[in-house]
Amino acid sequence: MSMTEQEMVHATEGGHHDHHELPFIRKYIFSTDHKMIAKQFMFVSLFFLVIGGLLAAMMRWQLGYPGEPMPGGMMLPDAMMAPTPNGAIMLPEFYNSLVTMHGTIMIFFAIMPLLVGLFGNLLIPLQIGAEDMAFPRLNMISFWLAVPAGILMLASFAVEGGAAGSGWTSYAPLSASGEWTGVYLGQQLWLTSLTILGFSSLVGAVNYITTVINMRAPGMTWFRMPLATWALFITAILILLAIPVLAGALIMLLFDQTLGTGFFRPDVGGEPLLWQHLFWFFGHPEVYILILPAMGIASEVLSNRARKPIFGYHSMVMAIIGIGFLGWIVWGHHMFMSGMNPLLGTSFMISTMAIAVPSAIKTFNWLATIWKGDLHLDSPMLYALAFVSMFIIGGLSGIFMASTPVDIYIHDTYFIVAHIHYVLFGGSLFAIFAGITFWFPKMFGRMMNETLNKVHFGITIVLYNMVFWPMHNLGVQGMMRRIYDFTQYEYLAPLQPMNRFISISVFLLVAAQVVYAFNFFWSIFRGEKASNNPWESNTLEWTVPSPPPHGNFPEMPVVYRGPYEYSSPESETDFYPQTKPPSKPPVQDLIPEPVTPTPEGF
Amino acid sequence: MTTQAMTAGRAPMPGMKVYNLKLGMWIFLLSEVMFFTGLIGSYVILRFAHPEQFAEPGVVLNVPLTAFNTFLLICSSVTMVKAYAAIQQGDQQGLKNWLLATIVIGASFVGVQVYEYIALAAEGFVPIAEAYHAVGRHMPHDGPVIGGQLYGSTFYTMTGFHGTHVSIGVLCLCFTYWRAAKGEYSADNLGGVEIMGLYWHFVDLVWIILFTIVYLI
Repeated sequence: MSMTEQEMVHATEGGHHDHHELPFIRKYIFSTDHKMIAKQFMFVSLFFLVIGGLLAAMMRWQLGYPGEPMPGGMMLPDAMMAPTPNGAIMLPEFYNSLVTMHGTIMIFFAIMPLLVGLFGNLLIPLQIGAEDMAFPRLNMISFWLAVPAGILMLASFAVEGGAAGSGWTSYAPLSASGEWTGVYLGQQLWLTSLTILGFSSLVGAVNYITTVINMRAPGMTWFRMPLATWALFITAILILLAIPVLAGALIMLLFDQTLGTGFFRPDVGGEPLLWQHLFWFFGHPEVYILILPAMGIASEVLSNRARKPIFGYHSMVMAIIGIGFLGWIVWGHHMFMSGMNPLLGTSFMISTMAIAVPSAIKTFNWLATIWKGDLHLDSPMLYALAFVSMFIIGGLSGIFMASTPVDIYIHDTYFIVAHIHYVLFGGSLFAIFAGITFWFPKMFGRMMNETLNKVHFGITIVLYNMVFWPMHNLGVQGMMRRIYDFTQYEYLAPLQPMNRFISISVFLLVAAQVVYAFNFFWSIFRGEKASNNPWESNTLEWTVPSPPPHGNFPEMPVVYRGPYEYSSPESETDFYPQTKPPSKPPVQDLIPEPVTPTPEGF
Repeated sequence: MTTQAMTAGRAPMPGMKVYNLKLGMWIFLLSEVMFFTGLIGSYVILRFAHPEQFAEPGVVLNVPLTAFNTFLLICSSVTMVKAYAAIQQGDQQGLKNWLLATIVIGASFVGVQVYEYIALAAEGFVPIAEAYHAVGRHMPHDGPVIGGQLYGSTFYTMTGFHGTHVSIGVLCLCFTYWRAAKGEYSADNLGGVEIMGLYWHFVDLVWIILFTIVYLI
């Protein structure tokens, strides 16, 4: 009990420390402040987002112009490109590396650290009223483990044999020995890098969960937490339980590669299918790690910009928990074609279909939230609306794959590529754009330029659909997902024009991101100064200065109500901050006996 | 009620009545459970799929030696509990003595495991599939090969990961001992000892499961 008392005193006096100016290295490099770590994660993962986009553009060159010299290809080494008098042509081995590294970098080094590293660090302590994370030093370690992991991953391009080329899923036995791919060291670096990154995520997850459970401000009950924090909390639990399984599998595969063990090598009795089970047991929760925080961000923005309470707050929370739980029992739907008892396949099909229920609850709640709202169609809202609509398309194409009979036909085709990009780019990345734009003033004290953002939004949403919509058609017509040169098949050759159309759209889409990048950096230094609460939001992070000082809250905030009390009749303004004491007792007619809200709830 | 009044009157915090460090350790141990579940699950699947690759219990592995080692590790859990009990009473000397005992026994466990590895490797029981050549204990060297390549791979990975956990635990115990020697723990401030104990008991528990599955069944 004595510890609890101490913690209480500590937490109560949380914001009162006088924080003297820290030296440069402690403030910007080895910082333990969650807001600085969030920004560090943001800059590093935006860098990787650019790298991943460029890798995609190179792949699309090969698919749009198969066997033709790539512009600028002469600058790349001979291990990647075959030089000809007219220019350099991409080698199939390099194409395999591009496929693998685009997926790996985008999932593990761009989207995941943006959603979890950036928004988890930035929002959790601010939204629950904590002065920092529960373990600030562990938080710093989490970031500084991710950096070497990223360097190792990039370095694998430079080693002999090139970067890993067995796909982001690294199916054994292709990945268990370099015999078939010609990649030895690259694959080992890939495995080492992801193991280190896994440890980084794990440390972060322990931190997030402890913080949410233990560091909430007085009155911040579970069901007064903003949905972004709820989503990040459940995401952290998924990370905590899924990543160790991946780490074990990665290490076993690494042993197969380096020590000559035989876990996944059929030639000595190992089981390649075991890798798939372990990988997807991690991999499917990972899918929800990549979408749940995006859902949370969208919920915040939609409710705020529609100036209406989120529709069905409790059902939203239950849907997040439901998705988080169901995510554990569906991994087999990635393996319908790997050889599976049909009865087992059917049960995985049913559990997968069941996920449509909480997902649909969330979708309809978002629609009901904006229904007849006072819509402010500024850029965060536009990105959030794009998230919802693209997520619906991606969610519906997911049902095709969940049905075993349909999946047998579309398995490993471009239909899958279309689906994953509708949820991961159209879903997660648009939510990231929404989130960065929405919380930009809190991070940097300045607003992003609205006009440039709208231009970026308009171009991106159109080009994005031009890129990924036709991929559904390619897939249904049988184009394989990781193919280097589809024109070698007579029945795929007629898809050439559509592929070229997609490729040109990709080049434009990548180029259009310059608008956002320019706006981002320009606004950090030249953007319009932001007030504490530019979006007139209710949640705790908007009660403190932008950017918040070290220690976040000058005095311990006390929470009186839920986070989405917009346009409440009890408030003079159309928002009602969580920390604002009730000005008048609740409406007498509605509640028979006047009850004074206390921090613990009613 | 104003904000000041709330804060002064110590409004009940919504968190759990467990301090952060302990809660964090429990959460971390959950992920460790998943890690070992993945490893042990793989072992079980491989063994059921290829029973011919695995020897009968006690034919290749030295069960009596490892049983003694298991006994050692369980003893170290007891000494760890005694260390925690000592500091709960404010007994600094008792804390240091029992921590030292835990360190010595934990290090002995690692030592016995290293000895076991060396002895097994000398008989050709190695993790490398191509070099694997396990023959039964008490059998002539030209006797039949017992167990297959997967046996070595899985055995060393399972027990090796556990051994790594014990080794890390011993290092952390040394750190705890160093802090105890500086007198940093007291009856009111024993979080460091408690979470060290949690980790240590977890490692002990995993070993009991591993010993049963890898050596006895």
